[in-house]
Amino acid sequence: MRSYKFPCVTGAELDPTFLALPYRDLGDVSLTRARELGASHADFRFERIRYQHLGVRDGVLQGAADTEDLGFAVRVIHHGAWGFAAGVVLTPEEAVQVAERAVAVALVAAEMTTSPVEIAPEPIHDDVTWVSAYDVNPLHVPTSEKSALLVDWTNRLRAHDAVQHASASLQQVQENKYYADLTGTRTTQQRIRLQPHFAAMGTDPSSGVFDSMSSIAPPVGRGWEYLTDGGYDWDAELAEIPDLLAENLAAPSVEAGTYDLVIHPSNLWLTIHESIGHATELDRALGYEANYAGTSFATYDKLNTLQYGSSVMNVTGDRTVRHGLSSIGYDDEGVAAQAWDIVRDGVLVGYQLDRAMGHMKAELNGGRSNGCAYADSSGHIPIQRMANVSLQPSPDDTSTDDLIGQVERGLYVVGDKSWSIDMQRFNFQFTGQRFFRIEDGQLAGQVRDAAYQATTTDFWNSMAAVGGEDTWILGGAFNCGKAQPGQVAAVSHGCPTALFREVRILNTTHEAGH
Amino acid sequence: MITNTWTPQSLVEHALATSTADDCVAIVNDSTSANLRWANNTLTTNGVIHGLSVTVVSFIRTGDGVASGSMSGSATTQAQVTALVDAADAAARAGTAAEDAQDLTVGGSSADWDDAPSPTDIHVFDTFAPALGEAFGRAGSEGRVLYGFVSHDHTTTYLGTSTGLRLRHVQPTGHYGCTGKDTSLTRSAWVGGATRDFSDVDALVMDQTVAQRLGWAERHIDLEAGRYDTILPPSAVADLMVDAYWYAGARTAHEGQSVYSKRGGGTRAGERIAREGVTLFSDPAHPGLECAPFVTAGTSDNEQSVFDNGLPLGRTDWIADGFLSSLIQTRHSAGLTGLPVTPYVDNLGLTVDGASGGLDDLVAGTERGLLLTCMWYIRVVDPQSLLLTGLTRDGVYLVENGEITGAVNNFRWNESPVDLLNRFTHASETVPSFSREWGDDFFSRTATPALRVPDFNMSSVSQAL
Repeated sequence: MRSYKFPCVTGAELDPTFLALPYRDLGDVSLTRARELGASHADFRFERIRYQHLGVRDGVLQGAADTEDLGFAVRVIHHGAWGFAAGVVLTPEEAVQVAERAVAVALVAAEMTTSPVEIAPEPIHDDVTWVSAYDVNPLHVPTSEKSALLVDWTNRLRAHDAVQHASASLQQVQENKYYADLTGTRTTQQRIRLQPHFAAMGTDPSSGVFDSMSSIAPPVGRGWEYLTDGGYDWDAELAEIPDLLAENLAAPSVEAGTYDLVIHPSNLWLTIHESIGHATELDRALGYEANYAGTSFATYDKLNTLQYGSSVMNVTGDRTVRHGLSSIGYDDEGVAAQAWDIVRDGVLVGYQLDRAMGHMKAELNGGRSNGCAYADSSGHIPIQRMANVSLQPSPDDTSTDDLIGQVERGLYVVGDKSWSIDMQRFNFQFTGQRFFRIEDGQLAGQVRDAAYQATTTDFWNSMAAVGGEDTWILGGAFNCGKAQPGQVAAVSHGCPTALFREVRILNTTHEAGH
Repeated sequence: MITNTWTPQSLVEHALATSTADDCVAIVNDSTSANLRWANNTLTTNGVIHGLSVTVVSFIRTGDGVASGSMSGSATTQAQVTALVDAADAAARAGTAAEDAQDLTVGGSSADWDDAPSPTDIHVFDTFAPALGEAFGRAGSEGRVLYGFVSHDHTTTYLGTSTGLRLRHVQPTGHYGCTGKDTSLTRSAWVGGATRDFSDVDALVMDQTVAQRLGWAERHIDLEAGRYDTILPPSAVADLMVDAYWYAGARTAHEGQSVYSKRGGGTRAGERIAREGVTLFSDPAHPGLECAPFVTAGTSDNEQSVFDNGLPLGRTDWIADGFLSSLIQTRHSAGLTGLPVTPYVDNLGLTVDGASGGLDDLVAGTERGLLLTCMWYIRVVDPQSLLLTGLTRDGVYLVENGEITGAVNNFRWNESPVDLLNRFTHASETVPSFSREWGDDFFSRTATPALRVPDFNMSSVSQAL
């Protein structure tokens, strides 16, 4: 396990404007009504989520939009079936009616539910609070200040001859949740996250080739200080991107074939997300997502036997990591956040669970959920969603240069771009922001048009080495999609730089038949 | 659904009356939805959801133009709407002149403006649900496992402006999808489609179709990666054409960043980009695919402008007889590109002149090829060629001498939908279709033909079943 754990104690405080909302009263009347109607389980969830998106193109603010999603939901187990209903009118009368609708839906559902729903028990967490770790709520920073920063970024990028157009954006989210259930658990929580982004675009005048080069800064569960405290060197990246774009536009097209790859965390986090994170969601392994996101090759019968990867592969699931986008105090079923092993020494040893799965597979976590239930709004039912799934670094101090030095002929991959994986998480294809040739242990300039394509277990078993803790970076995304109706979740993935042997590289222009 | 004394129309009027900006747009969306989800022949989750969102866009004249501010939120009281208005007004006052500033659309009211929202509820499944229960029993006894989802949504939109517009639109959106597997989980099939009211969806027929397709897969053949004569059914064509549409933004094309860009500058409007007789279009009045006949925009970006709210929409040919005819425009981007104002419309059709017959006819005319079911996990690899990558899913069938003779493995493919519109050799009649990839959450109103492509690029084998 990593040492990046953070207890449920932070410096920031719950937003008083959320505390002023009538969630406790609505929860009480909803749960009382659900109990009166005979529900064997009932939970109430009240959410207020505030978003702000700013978009700038070529030095001009294109759009600034603030959105607030506010409402509540009641979920019941009644006659062995789930029933779920949600509403937005914040009155006790509506809270009662939503509870009644949830019970009515359960009665309809019971006729089609052939396996009665049961959930794993969880200790009662009575009136607890949790706030994520941040200093400055970005939604409290004047929009003009944020807009000016993005305008400045695009102007700086466009000052370079290679850059014809530049864009920048900033997504910010404040998520407040109140959860209560019939057992007496009550949790009140607050999370902050933000995602800055910029990109430079250019065309090579001689070839007519167009391309872009984007920031590799990860989205984080932090506040405005991410942009101001010097922890991430924005100035250096803004200065670097135009030159990298110019080099890319003039670079030779890659020769398709088999290469050793050294993959930077800014690219590898996404491969982890798709080929490990989703593959070890137990709901997928059990078929619940078969009609949409898909199932998993990592079926339950392979637990403790599947050689997922090489012996240097150690992967954890973690909802406690500091600044993690999936970190939380308590999940959307009132389960306290936890951390656990998913792959140990290359072998599959764990899954991500919610309470129904914790009951179904009691041997996995002592009959308890490991806290992976999440709903992206009050209007959606909680489902099993991804923890921060992370690849652990080497205990030694192996550097990225050390890994590159172990490659005779290969590519160094930096930044994510295009991604796709099949519905059982076998076959994937990824591109990157930039691919550098490695010749005799040294970087030798960029190549264009490269994509790497592999089968998950072949890829992870080809991992020859991982970097040390100094190479470990927490990447992630705001836009992980899953479920029907579709839900979006933010999640982080930490990893070190890693070395993979003999991976298939495609030339994408050849793939296009050009 | 709303039992309070206020109405969506009153929230619109309250917003417009409260704003102290020079101009204001208020949009209220009243949305109700119901859904059922199942797996392993049993229901898993479900829901009935009601949402009411209010968007306020305020406009303030500055010394050098007009600034805008936009706020959206769940709001069911006048006080909540007032808070949104105050914030939008303040954002506009703090803003700078917008590059996309235009005069707001004026005048005109929908005849049904005064009507209440049109809701749906769980009873939309009153016929479907018992049949689904029966299908579970039948599938279980016959060795099939069913997984699926049905959803029905009614969103009633009210748009009002300080320039006098009062527009209302009711948008029903429904879809169904069912994946079936044999009990060994080695064969998989899918059936799905769009519907406006579920009167045309029968769970037993759905299961019957899945059973037929699983039957096709009783014989399995392993094939290598390569280029294959491939029949794309209407669902797979919809999967690909939605991308061709979404990436047809005029501004990005004009600035050299898409497949619709002319090398050396400008767009390819007027160029032949597809075979003769190919037309890709949108039309808010297209029968069965009806959608909003006016623009709604909560924010501005490359493809939409808050200044265009209420702008009327009509039929737009994006590709006409093989020529690139239009690109997705705001009034601002139309000025930049010198092309007509053709905003985004929420449906898409593809037709091929002279096409006749159906999918079965394409199969019957194929000596040896592949018949796909649908696509999955489609992403752009290269915007300049619109090279996409993705997977085949839930049924790739081998066609020999005009008949389906078995199922083959899945593939990862790399292809450009624009290239395909030049390379296909046969097309069926256009029929209502449903994109498995995009239909659930983003884009469910499509009508497409089946296409036969002689050299579809299956880049590698996927082991997924």
